[in-house]
Amino acid sequence: MNPIETQQQYSDYVDKKSPNSPILKNCFNAFWVGGLICSIGQIIFDFCKYKELDVTASNTVVSIVLIGIAAFLTGLNIFNKIGKFAGAGSLIPITGFANSIVSPAIEYKSEGYVMGVGGKMFTVAGPVLVFGISASVIIGIIATLFS
Amino acid sequence: MEFLQSIDWMQLLRCFVVGGIICIIGQILIDKTKLTPARILVIFVTLGAILGGLGIYKYLIDFAGCGATVPLTGFGANLAKGAIEAVQENGLLGAFIGGVKASAGGIAAAVFFGYLASLISKPKMKKQ
Repeated sequence: MNPIETQQQYSDYVDKKSPNSPILKNCFNAFWVGGLICSIGQIIFDFCKYKELDVTASNTVVSIVLIGIAAFLTGLNIFNKIGKFAGAGSLIPITGFANSIVSPAIEYKSEGYVMGVGGKMFTVAGPVLVFGISASVIIGIIATLFS
Repeated sequence: MEFLQSIDWMQLLRCFVVGGIICIIGQILIDKTKLTPARILVIFVTLGAILGGLGIYKYLIDFAGCGATVPLTGFGANLAKGAIEAVQENGLLGAFIGGVKASAGGIAAAVFFGYLASLISKPKMKKQ
């Protein structure tokens, strides 16, 4: 084998030897699992509309049902397995929000039901709510200026 | 069954594809950057709120239905939409009421089911 002399040769060598990053496979899995979760939501939505609920109420029902399912699947340690397989496919839908609440809560259960479960529930969901709600307040204030 | 006949299959396909693509964006962020999942969730919610505030996101919702509302960007867009609608009704006060009001169902469900699910499950033992 030729000796490695330049930086370029070295990085080519590393690229050749290191395993291919499974990004394509990850993206494919994320795509179909994420799409499937959204489709389950759509079917629940259609069912609500079939039951003559309005659009806002239907969307709320979809969120509540998906969050409920994800929370209990996390509690049964099934959701983490889906998450390992699907990556962002289960993280980005609202199910990931529910998972991010239940996972730390279970982990810190030994610290008690108030500060352990009640407090640690929001280690990931807290920032999401802080930034989401703050953004909505800022947008509301801007909307006030323009109305 | 009458309900099954009422399902719009094209709508379901659009929902599947758009929801999947949004998840792919998240997966690329996970694989190609060093962002933690928490930061990615925050980015998605904030981005959704901005797109919702600009009135862009509702076109995606019209097109893809739950493919746009179920991902966390939809949660953000819903917060923004609620704030803007409440401002039109209540003025500045609406900026503080609207967002949380619009997503109250999701937040309350997450807190309640989250706590309940934590109570019924045991911390998992690490296998050696």
